[in-house]
Amino acid sequence: MSPPSAATTSTPTAREHAACEYLQVRGLKAAYGNFEVLHGIDFTVAKGQIAVILGANGAGKTTTLRALTGMVVTRGSVKLAGEELVGKSTADIVRCGVAHVPQGRGTFGDMSVEENLLAGAFARKDAEVRADIAKWYQTFGVLGERRNQLAGSLSGGEQQMLAIARALMLRPALLLLDEPSLGLAPMVTRLLFEQLAAVNATAGTTMLVVEQNASLALDVASQAYVLEAGEVALAGSADELGADEGVRRAYLGY
Amino acid sequence: MFLEVSVGIIGTFNISLDKLSNGELWLAQFFRGLSDGATYASLALALVMIYKSTGFINFAQGSLALLGVYLAYVFSVEQGLPVALAVVCAMAASALVALGIERIFIRPFPPNRVLPLVIVTLGLLLIIDSSVGIVWQFRTRNLPSMFPDGAPIEWGIAQLTWRTIGNLGTVFLVVGLLYLLLSRTKIGLAFRAVSSNLESAQLVGIRVGPTLGFGWALAAAIGTLGGSLVVPDLLLEPSVMLRVLIFSLAAAALGGLDSMVGAVLGGLVVGLARNLLVTFLDLSELALATAVAVILVVLLVRPTGLLGSTHLERV
Repeated sequence: MSPPSAATTSTPTAREHAACEYLQVRGLKAAYGNFEVLHGIDFTVAKGQIAVILGANGAGKTTTLRALTGMVVTRGSVKLAGEELVGKSTADIVRCGVAHVPQGRGTFGDMSVEENLLAGAFARKDAEVRADIAKWYQTFGVLGERRNQLAGSLSGGEQQMLAIARALMLRPALLLLDEPSLGLAPMVTRLLFEQLAAVNATAGTTMLVVEQNASLALDVASQAYVLEAGEVALAGSADELGADEGVRRAYLGY
Repeated sequence: MFLEVSVGIIGTFNISLDKLSNGELWLAQFFRGLSDGATYASLALALVMIYKSTGFINFAQGSLALLGVYLAYVFSVEQGLPVALAVVCAMAASALVALGIERIFIRPFPPNRVLPLVIVTLGLLLIIDSSVGIVWQFRTRNLPSMFPDGAPIEWGIAQLTWRTIGNLGTVFLVVGLLYLLLSRTKIGLAFRAVSSNLESAQLVGIRVGPTLGFGWALAAAIGTLGGSLVVPDLLLEPSVMLRVLIFSLAAAALGGLDSMVGAVLGGLVVGLARNLLVTFLDLSELALATAVAVILVVLLVRPTGLLGSTHLERV
C-alpha cells in the first residue's frame, strides 16, 4: 500500500471509530473462481454512522458488499456487533440484520410494490410489518401512491426507492447500498441521499454505501474508504478524505 | 399414378358435409374436447409451476406424474382405498419423492444455470420411466376414475359425463387453491420472489433451496393429480404420460409457460382443437402433430403465449 497522504487508520478520528466499531472487517478476501478480487481488506463502521466506499471501476467495491452478505466465496473476518458473519449463508446473514440493496436495484419486477415490501420483511417474525409498510409509505410518498402497481412499471428512481424501502423493511442493523445513484437524474439522486440521511438520523441505521457520486456521498457520510485494486488505499473521516487532493482529483473532479 | 396419389390425398382429408352439419357430433366433440383439455391443463399447470420457479421446463415432470399414477393404482386397486383417497395419498408420496430428487439431483447445481439442469431432468425422465417399467412391467392396467360413471346431460351421442365435469371442476379448484397459496401465504411470497429475482430473494433472507424444493413437491403433486385425471381415459402403462405430455407442453406453451390461467386456457384450446381436427378432418394419425404444430405456431407468432408475461422492465 502506498503511503496515504490523508488520514490513515492511526489518526485520532479513526481510533475513536475503532473504539465503538460496530462492523469490523479484518483481512477480507473474496474471489470469483481462482480470480481473487479482494486481497485482504480491513475497515470498520461505527454504530449509527454512514460510511462510504469510493474507488474506480473494478476496485472491488461491489465485491466488498457481496462478501459481507455471503454472495461470493469469502475468507477473513466480518464481525457485526461481535458476531462473525463469514461462513454463514446469505439467509442467515440477513437474519443477523444485514440488508443489501444490490446494484441495479433488483426489485421483484412482476410483484406489486406492496408485495416487494412484504418480501423485504421475510426474515422478520414480529407483528409490526404492516405498520412498517405504512411508515415507509409516509417517507417515500410515491411508493404509497403506487402500492398496487407492478414494481417493473416504476421509473428508475422509484424502483431505487422501493429497493431501499424493501431493505429497510428488515429493520436492518446494517444497510448496504451499492451505487444507489446509478442511472438516476441528479435531482432524484439528491432527494434519495437526503432521504437516506433522514432515515439514518431518525432510525439510527448504520449504513455502508458504495457510490460513484463521491461529493454527494461524502456529504452524508462520516467515514470514508478508498479502494484501489482490491485493497484499502485511504481511510479516514469523510471531511478528511473530501479535503485530500488525490481524492478530489480522482473522484470529485476538481 | 398421379391420379392415385391425388385421390389418396383427397381420401385422407375426408371432410364430409354430413359430419359438418351434424350438430350433435359438434357438441359431442366439444364435450370430449373439454374433457381432454382439462387433463392437459392439469399437467400443464405442473409444468408452469416448475417453469415459474426455475425458468426451465422440467422434462421429468411427466415421469413423476407417471410414478404418482402407479402409486394411486397401488393404493386404490391393490390396497383397496377409495380412488379419491388413493390419489391424495399418491400426491403426497410423489411430493416426497420430488423433494428427495430436488435435494439430491437438482440442488448441487447453481439454480441460474439452465443447461445442466435441463440435462439432469432428461436423465431423470429416463431413470424414472425405466424404474417404473421394471417394477410394474409393461402390461396395461386400468386405473378407475375418481368420478362416477354416467352422464347427467345428454343429447343423442353428445354426453357431458360426470368425469368431464369432475375433471374440469378439479382443474379450476387447483388453479383457485394455487392462486390463494401464491398470493396469500408466506411460502407463496417466497416462491414468487425466487422466480422473480433469485439474487434479491436471497438478499431478503429467503432460503432458495427449500423454496425450490417446495415448488418441485407441489408440481409433482399436481402432476400426479393430473395423471389420475387423464389415465382413466387411457390405459395405464409406462409410456402413457409421454403421449399426454406433448399435449400438455403445447397447452403450456400456448398459455404462456408462466401463467396458470394461461395453462388452463391452453389446455382447453388444445383439447378442443385436437378433437375437432381428428373428427372433422379424419386426422387421427396426426393428433400428435397437431400438438407440435401448436407449439411451432406459438413460438413463431407469439412466443410469450396467450397470457405469458412479456418481461416488462423500466430502467
